[in-house]
Amino acid sequence: MSTVHMKINGTPVEVSSEMTLLQAAKTVNVNIPTLCYHPDLPAWAACGICVVKLENSPKMVRACATPVAEGMSIITHDPELHQIRKTVLELILSTHPNSCLTCGRNGSCELQRLAGEFGIREQPYEIRLKDLPKDESTPSIVLNPEKCINCGRCAQVCQEVQGVWALEFVGRGEHTIIAPAANLLLDDSPCIKCGQCSAHCPVGAIFEKDQTRNFLNAVNDTTKKVIVQIAPAVRVAIGEGFDADPGCVCTGKTYAALRRLGADVVFDTNFAADLTIMEEGSELVQRLTQGSGPLPQITSCCPAWTDYMEKYAPDMIPHFSTAKSPMMMQGALTKTYYAEKAKIDPKDIFSVAIMPCTAKKYEITRDDNMFASGQQDVDLVLTTRELIRLIKASGIDFVNLPDEKADSPIGMYAGAGTLFGNTGGVMEAAIRTAYTLVTGENMKDVNVTAVRGMEGVKRGSVDFNGTEVKVAVAHGMGNVTELIEEVRQAREQNLPIPYHFIEVMACRGGCIAGGGQPYATTDEVRLQRISGLYADDERSTIRCSHENPEIQTLYKDYLGAPLSEKSHHLLHTTYQERKLYKK
Amino acid sequence: MSVKNDTIEFPDELLAFIRVWKEKPGNLIMVLHKVQEEYGYIPREAADRVSELLEVPLAKIYGVITFYHFFKLTKPGKYNMQVCLGTACYLKGGDTLLEELENLLGIKTNEVTDDGLYSIEAVRCVGCCGLAPVLVVGEEVFGKVTKDQLPGIISKFKK
Repeated sequence: MSTVHMKINGTPVEVSSEMTLLQAAKTVNVNIPTLCYHPDLPAWAACGICVVKLENSPKMVRACATPVAEGMSIITHDPELHQIRKTVLELILSTHPNSCLTCGRNGSCELQRLAGEFGIREQPYEIRLKDLPKDESTPSIVLNPEKCINCGRCAQVCQEVQGVWALEFVGRGEHTIIAPAANLLLDDSPCIKCGQCSAHCPVGAIFEKDQTRNFLNAVNDTTKKVIVQIAPAVRVAIGEGFDADPGCVCTGKTYAALRRLGADVVFDTNFAADLTIMEEGSELVQRLTQGSGPLPQITSCCPAWTDYMEKYAPDMIPHFSTAKSPMMMQGALTKTYYAEKAKIDPKDIFSVAIMPCTAKKYEITRDDNMFASGQQDVDLVLTTRELIRLIKASGIDFVNLPDEKADSPIGMYAGAGTLFGNTGGVMEAAIRTAYTLVTGENMKDVNVTAVRGMEGVKRGSVDFNGTEVKVAVAHGMGNVTELIEEVRQAREQNLPIPYHFIEVMACRGGCIAGGGQPYATTDEVRLQRISGLYADDERSTIRCSHENPEIQTLYKDYLGAPLSEKSHHLLHTTYQERKLYKK
Repeated sequence: MSVKNDTIEFPDELLAFIRVWKEKPGNLIMVLHKVQEEYGYIPREAADRVSELLEVPLAKIYGVITFYHFFKLTKPGKYNMQVCLGTACYLKGGDTLLEELENLLGIKTNEVTDDGLYSIEAVRCVGCCGLAPVLVVGEEVFGKVTKDQLPGIISKFKK
């Protein structure tokens, strides 16, 4: 790695030649303010707040998009730059509503924070607000163009990272908005509801559909038994809402908080993750040994990914595992197996799922299979962000709560189940159980390191007692096209299949960085949350899904065996080709 | 690879043009020009078809056609009355011509009359400032136009 010598505010530094001025300044503890810049995305240089001075040049350059150079000398802060940055902010504020107190981003808004830091006390420019309707067409997110500052992060993440292209800059000049093509609503566009736009928006222009009221109404309704499940990724991020470090495993406190919020029963989606492995793993073994379906088998627990596939790659439908997502399995069992055991009428159950994901709000009514119990299997999805707000508003001292346990009989989980929350985790969990199903013995070392890590596409193989099983993992929706192309090419040219099993998660890093997780997610935060889940796995005395005693009881008492008729009815689903644009 | 909406059949000449340009950089704007030449605007179905043929996301196409004023998203009238508001024409009263045309035709700028015959558009310099103020209808250029001449010009384009 080559380096360059430069000066930052007079201080000589030697930095990597690949850095931008923004990154170089950080090495000497100088923070240059940014607004449109996000470390997940290529620098876009839209807002202009990061301008710095080049010594011996009349030019000012944008630190986010300017590479360092040998001999360069920059000034990052002086009274003139302060005034310029303040003016940039005042101009943005002249087109942005002053509705902080009623905005979902109150307290977490990046524009609000900068306005505070720069001491904006008046608005010197004529106020020119946009008068445009909200787009509330999807069940997952709400687009409010009035609050948009045209930073472009949402369009960039939608196009460059996710490869979805639902959002684009439309129009020009001060009339520019970020919206779908052809004046359409988001629900008619290719939007996969992943919510990465809402996770990257610096202000309140794209926000999760807030359904916290529905939860409060349900716990207030004495005729309803409120039964809650929490997803794997929630436990390693929820603490951030209460100033804990990312990756802090807060499973027991989350159960405790839910009970204090009025939940009657608390289950864990990790249980159903173990169940998904039993069904999906058995399906894989059937495809491998009996040719019951085409290979590779592809995971289907991510609703943004299944939505993407149905629109962009419907020829992959036969490759999809028919196993439902853990959330939907947990919901179906809550209103059947559990309801029967506890002698509750499933009509009286209000089933809630706490998820790191906005697409999960869409999944619960995506088709008739989501009503396998005869009722809607999951009635409400709240994101991690919504749950954090509820806990705060309810006066619960989260950090000091005692650790509680989940309820039986569908609340216990193996280490494998918790790994569903991060990239490579479903694969690792599946390999642990599939190995046993094929070879009749457990793996000696259950840590499958080949599928771990943050690389966008990971490839590896596992030795099943002499048989090589080839696997691949993709995360960040845009990365999946590479794998789909490999599968298509092999099919068209009659070549050997490139993989036996592929795992796909729509969000970079997996669900731990889902569209409904706490803000300010960067790769550093992703890695911390991922280590939290691996630690949770390693701490578990039971590491493999098939060894979870509650799973064994469920099969013995209720389902019979994996892929039984009852399993198929409750735990499996179908996929269909969908139009890219509904209209 | 995905389910399609209603499609439009491009004429062979347009398809051949797209084939030639498909692999070249900057092809999108060239192709969109040709499409507008064919239809007078960019119909949604045509944008869908371009998206498919060039393998460019529809959102990107709308990004382009809403950015450049040249591209039209709605069908103009059979006779699109283009009033020049470039500097010279503006100084010579181009704006009063625009106002009078709106009165005479009973529509606003960028609107089309109910019979689909006329539309009004304000354009930038058309390159014949010596004739200011200028009105362009189709291929025909009218120079040194006065308000009184407008009814006569309109009646020239009746069919």
